Amino acid sequence: MTGEAHFDTIVLGGGPAGLTAAIYLARAKLKTLVINEGTVGGQMILTHEIANYPGVEKTSGYALSMTMKKQAESFGAEVLANKTVLSVDIEGDVKKVILEGDVTYTAKSIIVAPGGRSRTLGVPGEDALKGKGISYCATCDGDFFTDKEIIVVGGGNSALEEAVSLTKYAKRVTVVHKLDHFEAHKHAVEEAKGHPRVDFMMESVITEFHGNDRLESVDIKDLHTGNTLNRKIDGVFVFIGYVPNTESFKGMLDLNQAGEIMVTEGMATNIPGVFAAGDSTAKRFRQITTAVADGTIAALSAAEYVERSH
Amino acid sequence: MLYTNLHHIESLDEHKKVLAENENVMVICGRMGPMCIPVYGIAEELEDVYPHVKFCDFEFDNPAADVIRALPEVQGFMGIPFTIYYKNGKVVKATSSIQSKAEVTAILDAEFGKK
Repeated sequence: MTGEAHFDTIVLGGGPAGLTAAIYLARAKLKTLVINEGTVGGQMILTHEIANYPGVEKTSGYALSMTMKKQAESFGAEVLANKTVLSVDIEGDVKKVILEGDVTYTAKSIIVAPGGRSRTLGVPGEDALKGKGISYCATCDGDFFTDKEIIVVGGGNSALEEAVSLTKYAKRVTVVHKLDHFEAHKHAVEEAKGHPRVDFMMESVITEFHGNDRLESVDIKDLHTGNTLNRKIDGVFVFIGYVPNTESFKGMLDLNQAGEIMVTEGMATNIPGVFAAGDSTAKRFRQITTAVADGTIAALSAAEYVERSH
Repeated sequence: MLYTNLHHIESLDEHKKVLAENENVMVICGRMGPMCIPVYGIAEELEDVYPHVKFCDFEFDNPAADVIRALPEVQGFMGIPFTIYYKNGKVVKATSSIQSKAEVTAILDAEFGKK
């Protein structure tokens, strides 16, 4: 598969920010292409139930993703999923994106919305035992741990809420957190602390996973004393936040220390014609609603830029 | 019911038939959940790239999926989807939980080759 095509705007990323941008751009009659490296929906598709998206009482991340994609396509946007981007040239007046298979797309403007991914612990044994006792999704894998002892790693809302939720299956849940305090809403902390089958190891980190065909034990280091203990465990669920997918934009876009894209109020980056939106940008709150808002602003700014460049 | 464009396996007979009629088979046994949906998406995308491979899904909670859940190769698995790669009816590789496109294509290339 080889070829070349030109668009008014290319949106890199098919999560809520990218799809919203595509809806606005295509509806404004701009020739729009969305390129997504994974399945359309981004982090949103990894959400089992969404109950705080205004106007929609309750839905799944999958359903909302598919609706947004359908909406974007209905206005004329092209949406490509599971594509491998080989290179991006965004510095000149004509932006260029090259995909695997020698396919080149050019555009007058680009919206960068690559989102983020779950942060992993990055310690020995983690890759080999993923899905064999180590999980990143409580709703998916919780039932494998019925009457078993598990650890939840993290100290934010997701970690504490999922720790409580996993008590539906596990006989004991231990929350392991590197700090001496939690970074979660008061109600989440109170619920976890008040649960008789949830206990805590504060100022502690997992340093290694052990097991052959499945997870058997973990090494846990007490950051206060420096001592490491080996603990037999059936499962570990990791909820330690996200990292932005911005590695390929280093050296091109202005990023902060966390690797997040620096943007203006109009979601403009440091490069003319390049805008950014969603979880990969520098901001405090990351929600579907904030991504959708970012995507809207980025699209309106990009449309204005394309209009001016005529 | 899995809402994918893959070939659905819904019975033991269908599973047997797919393995008998196809040399190379990939079966993703999961639910419509966050760790499974990306793998279905990858398989849908790769169907055209690997025409010599039959890509299928199988609902994890279907009683007939015991044929997957009981495989010796998956006994240590504790994360869905269970993805099984068959060559001439025999399991040649099995993975647990979400996989990236690069991980899936590496297995397809190694076990079934490129067309």
